[in-house]
Amino acid sequence: MRRTIRFTVNGDPVEVEVQPHWPLLRVLRDELELTGAKMGCGEGECGACTVLVDGKPINSCIYPVLEAEGKQVLTIEGLVSSENELHPIQQAFLDKAGVQCGFCTPGMIMSAKALLDMNPNPTEDEVRHALAGNFCRCTGYVQIVESVRHAAELLLKNAKQTGAGE
Amino acid sequence: MAEQFVGKSHPRFDAEKVTGKARFINDIKAPRMLYGKILYSKRPHARITHIDTSKAERLQGVRAVLTGFNTPDVRVGFLGDQIALKRDKVRQFRDEVAAVAAINEEIAEEALELIRVEYEDLPAVFDPIEAMKEGAPLIHEVDARGKPRRNNILPLPWKLEAGDVQKGRSESAFVVKDTFRTTWVHQVCMGTSGCIAEFDVNNNLQFISVTNVPFGGKDRLDMFLRNLGIRGSTRILTPYVGGSFGSKLDTDIYEFIAVLLAWKTKCPVKILFDRLEEFTASPPRQPIIGTVEQGCDKDGRLTFRVVEMILDNGAYTSWGATTPSVMMVPISTLYRVPNISFRATCVYTNNIYAQAMRGYGNPQATYVVEQSMDQLAVEAGIDPIEFRLINANEPNETSPMGLKITTCPMKECLEEVKTRLDWKKKQGKHDGHGVGVACFLHVGGGARVYRSDAQGLILKVDDEGKVTAITGGTDQGQGSETIIRQMVAEATGFRPQDVNIFQGDTEICPWDVGTHASRHAFMVGHAILMAGAQVRAKLLAMASTWMGQLISRNLQKKARQDPDFKIPDVDLSLLSNPENLDISNGQIFLKSDPDNKLLRLPVAQIVRSAHMVGTGRGEMIVAEAFYDPPNEMLNAEGKGNLSCCYTFGAHGVEVQVDQETGQVTILNYVAAHDVGRAINPMLVKGQIYGATIMGAGYGLTEEMQVNAGRVMNPNLLDYKLLTAKDKIPIDPVIVEPIEPSGPFGLKGIGEPACVPAAPAIANAVADAIGVRIKDLPLSPEKVLAAIKGKGR
Repeated sequence: MRRTIRFTVNGDPVEVEVQPHWPLLRVLRDELELTGAKMGCGEGECGACTVLVDGKPINSCIYPVLEAEGKQVLTIEGLVSSENELHPIQQAFLDKAGVQCGFCTPGMIMSAKALLDMNPNPTEDEVRHALAGNFCRCTGYVQIVESVRHAAELLLKNAKQTGAGE
Repeated sequence: MAEQFVGKSHPRFDAEKVTGKARFINDIKAPRMLYGKILYSKRPHARITHIDTSKAERLQGVRAVLTGFNTPDVRVGFLGDQIALKRDKVRQFRDEVAAVAAINEEIAEEALELIRVEYEDLPAVFDPIEAMKEGAPLIHEVDARGKPRRNNILPLPWKLEAGDVQKGRSESAFVVKDTFRTTWVHQVCMGTSGCIAEFDVNNNLQFISVTNVPFGGKDRLDMFLRNLGIRGSTRILTPYVGGSFGSKLDTDIYEFIAVLLAWKTKCPVKILFDRLEEFTASPPRQPIIGTVEQGCDKDGRLTFRVVEMILDNGAYTSWGATTPSVMMVPISTLYRVPNISFRATCVYTNNIYAQAMRGYGNPQATYVVEQSMDQLAVEAGIDPIEFRLINANEPNETSPMGLKITTCPMKECLEEVKTRLDWKKKQGKHDGHGVGVACFLHVGGGARVYRSDAQGLILKVDDEGKVTAITGGTDQGQGSETIIRQMVAEATGFRPQDVNIFQGDTEICPWDVGTHASRHAFMVGHAILMAGAQVRAKLLAMASTWMGQLISRNLQKKARQDPDFKIPDVDLSLLSNPENLDISNGQIFLKSDPDNKLLRLPVAQIVRSAHMVGTGRGEMIVAEAFYDPPNEMLNAEGKGNLSCCYTFGAHGVEVQVDQETGQVTILNYVAAHDVGRAINPMLVKGQIYGATIMGAGYGLTEEMQVNAGRVMNPNLLDYKLLTAKDKIPIDPVIVEPIEPSGPFGLKGIGEPACVPAAPAIANAVADAIGVRIKDLPLSPEKVLAAIKGKGR
């Protein structure tokens, strides 16, 4: 019954033996020991398991792992730079207290990353829309929204500096 | 000297959480670990006539199958009214009937399917009022001591009488009386419940637990081990906790079951709830039926208040049954009321049982009192805010319950609401657009619910110049990892980034009563001031021994290396008196010459010299504190100064009600809070935002639909949490009266904002539609029905 599938996680190619019915989250957490993505409900409701597949945010707890064949998967573990520096979105969540208990945070940051990759300067409503599938019980979302908008500023500033340097 | 770190919005320190490195219970595995699963009752009230586990036991990969028939009869819970695995009968759908440990989760689940349980149904009762009647089915035939029980009323006669209610009634020009209801709501922590239990060869239990009361949990598990006849003790380790909101105060039944499975198998056993179990088998906030009668004189001054509460306790008892002790606080003391009578009755039913949730009874009590306040204001013809201002609590007064109010900016908070909402223009129109207000008070300086309300703390300074704070407290997201660093830095003279924190291990950390009652910042703050002062004194004494010779040596070395360098003419003897020295940013310097770089040394160098001095003469820097605040346990009459200060505030809400759909939209929300002093204003706002949204959910959308004992919406699709899309424009107003009893002037802020949200929203909706809805939540269905039924 087992099948071998190949995909890329955080830039590294992987080959895993899986049961066809397994969701991606199970493979990430149990087979690849990438425990950053969390199981909050197992039903695609809470968003704690959000990772990016080919740049799009998905609920990995209900995403069939076979769908990932040949694709690029990005998890929270893939955001820290090779110099061990936090990604600006991660830094923004600390600076603006978008983190409390931290359980929703990896999923929240991945949804934010997907949004900012597509829309580098979102309005508050656009941020709220993009995070609508990520539940948080601690923050009331206000400081999460502030964190994402702060991250957008940091990223735009970085892009400008890089652009000016070229 | 102005404070350097306290009072600043320092960024959070918990980088592990943004990188995915933070290890929650979900992420922890142990070698040889087994997975435990629980079989729950299929009936709300039935005798268990037979359990057949033979097929489950034969399944490959199963290591243990336990039931009430093959485990010792050890009572657990606050009133000792249950055993972990039920044997005689089941009393609710969440009753644990059997448990399995297997090599993986799939096999454990398959094994549960193979267990056959035969039941003989008993008549059930789901309504607390029915359950109180004579002849109602008895949920418990005997109490924990085997004494027969005659009815379903718990032996917890919560009662508070103060003043003379009859006299107050006779002095009243206006009196209102009404009954309000609240429903079950769940804490819905994003991280579900879980634990790992493991015995060592000496029968000691290592228990990885998501508790926020590690030492209380240790006591309960130690007693469980003793009653099982196991000679060993418990060490509790606490990983990152994915939220609590009260849900992690008690030791829950699944935790005792994990211990039983670990003892049986001698392997580590993990039980981790899925979301369905979290909703159906973890205890939420209990519902109440609250009848309130109160009056005022012709000038609007409150004359008396009588409150009767009935709590649906469910089938067993956890902390939910003790929430009336906190309900007493607002019932007796929210506004100045001279004559009080309060009675609460907790009733066993075949429903799910309840424990604590953010506010601990205060949200229900304030919901009841604050709606009645609006009704009385209408009766007396006084504007609701003016009515509250007439009756507002004042600083330095003692309430009928014996609560000694210190600082109290309630009036200031009400004025903030009035101004920021433009109250006068908007109130009283009943045109679908309305405003509402509700105040609150809550314990702000701990609460003496046990004989100790203390927290222990150890500070040590190492020879890298770092301070480690070893604390018995826990963090479940509130930000203690940030404010502890700010306060330790302030108290000791280091920088926040030089402070490390160690917590979550009962074997190493000093004792603490638990992170509950919004007490953590208050207690740890005091302990930090006590231990921090010792650290400073010890460091300065150590520096006075070492600085002169170290600096002299440094100067001579510099002179040898640099022929142009002339040793300055400084009086190094000044350095040998600790009173001449001070510490800042981890550097020790001469007070009289603070900018002189030659007369300044890093703490690291001094501590290292003191460590390396030779046999028998070395020293280290460690200080400890055990802070127990000057608050009182309630006496037999329910009176006493429960907390050493109280926090106050007012929430004001502006709503628009859609007359066609009943949908309530919040247009403006002012949350004015007395916090004593904000150690970190950004994190204080985080508590206000989060608790307000939780309270708004209580008011508008959240409800565990419990039908004949069964939770009908045990998932995140049907249990309606507010999401990022539900934009509520909260304006948090931080009022800082600087509390004299608080460390750095602070008061607790963890729970308060959850308290007044629902009544403020209910009052705004009543103002908008001209009719009052008396039970939570204010769903569009109820609002629409209220609008349609208005003329009747």
